[in-house]
Amino acid sequence: MAQRHSFQVGTGLFILLGFAALAYLATQTTSLANYRQGPSYDIVARFTNIGQLKLRAPVKVAGVRVGSVAGIALEPDKLDARVTLSIDDRYDKIPDDSSASIFTSGLLGDQYVALQPGGSPTNFKGGDEVVLTQSSMQLEELIGKYLVGGDAAKPKSPDAAASGDKKE
Amino acid sequence: MLAKGLAQIGACGLFLVQILRALPRSLRYLRETVRQVFFVGAMSLTIIMICGLFVGMVLGLQLYHTLSIFGGTAALGTVVALSLYRELGPVVTALLFAGRAGTSITAEIGLMRATDQLDAMEMMAVDPLAYVVAPRFLAGVIAMPLLACVFNALGIFGAHLVGVNWLGLDSGTFWSNMTSGVDVWTDVMNGVWKSAVFGAVCTLIATFQGYTTPPTSEGVAYATTRTVVFSSIATLAIDFVMTAFLM
Repeated sequence: MAQRHSFQVGTGLFILLGFAALAYLATQTTSLANYRQGPSYDIVARFTNIGQLKLRAPVKVAGVRVGSVAGIALEPDKLDARVTLSIDDRYDKIPDDSSASIFTSGLLGDQYVALQPGGSPTNFKGGDEVVLTQSSMQLEELIGKYLVGGDAAKPKSPDAAASGDKKE
Repeated sequence: MLAKGLAQIGACGLFLVQILRALPRSLRYLRETVRQVFFVGAMSLTIIMICGLFVGMVLGLQLYHTLSIFGGTAALGTVVALSLYRELGPVVTALLFAGRAGTSITAEIGLMRATDQLDAMEMMAVDPLAYVVAPRFLAGVIAMPLLACVFNALGIFGAHLVGVNWLGLDSGTFWSNMTSGVDVWTDVMNGVWKSAVFGAVCTLIATFQGYTTPPTSEGVAYATTRTVVFSSIATLAIDFVMTAFLM
């Protein structure tokens, strides 16, 4: 009887350990770990080109994650991308003249949205729109510009080559 | 030769149908199933954990070296996690399982066959399929995904040990890249489905080889060898097919 009992305890421990490992893998090492349970508010940013930006990509301020990309859609009449950014309620002091840019983390990394804080006294609220945006840098475009129009590109300001499209 | 091989595969398939039919009846022997989960699962933990740790460590070392050529060592966590979850975890666990648990299942059932214990059970109106084979099959299907998860967890730990503690990669980069690059359903669960199938295949082959072994000591020896050979081949072949479908 004691023998049989120890089997059951051992089996129980083994199954517990297995499921603990699965839970650890599923919640700590995957994108689930990035989900913030807390409440959040949505702001909208329009970009002429979002590059490889994906849903749930991080939104960062000063390199710190403050939220994620909640939606990507094409604006039918303007033909630009409408990106919904879901920001944690904890971070409700972001000035409403902040600008949004799409950057790449590292050379081969994923793309994320960076918010550069502005100086406005009022802050973003749910439903606000980011007025200043900068699209993702397209490596192919840059290479094309420098390869094909090497000399022609020189007189232009360097900003033009960086596909800056600040909106009024 | 070819006809013989085909006959073996066919007999194995029919044996699977027989096991599945015996599964409801084997629920009466639930305690036996628990005992088998202990034998094939809990007793395999040591080898799985040690191998998982070393596979993770060597992955960390090799990939760090390769990624540093491209200046992409920040992706180490992602690459290690993806290759472990999707491929190495389920496959290496299945290969170790075939060597550690599959052989003992074959030898045990083979000896039962050789010493007429299976026939004795039938005489006592105990269905050996429901009492001996089905619990082991069920135990394999239950134990393999859990073993693979333990293997993966230890592998991640090993890669972290090498990449962060030894080679000096930033811990935050390691984890944040991993969490942004790995998905629960497409990566973690993909490996779990795979290893459940491997568990079924490995225990099916082990029990089939034991059940149909020639009742001699030489026959049992050959059956045990065949278990390892066929399990390994089947695991790797099915891995390719499943990867193609689950991609």
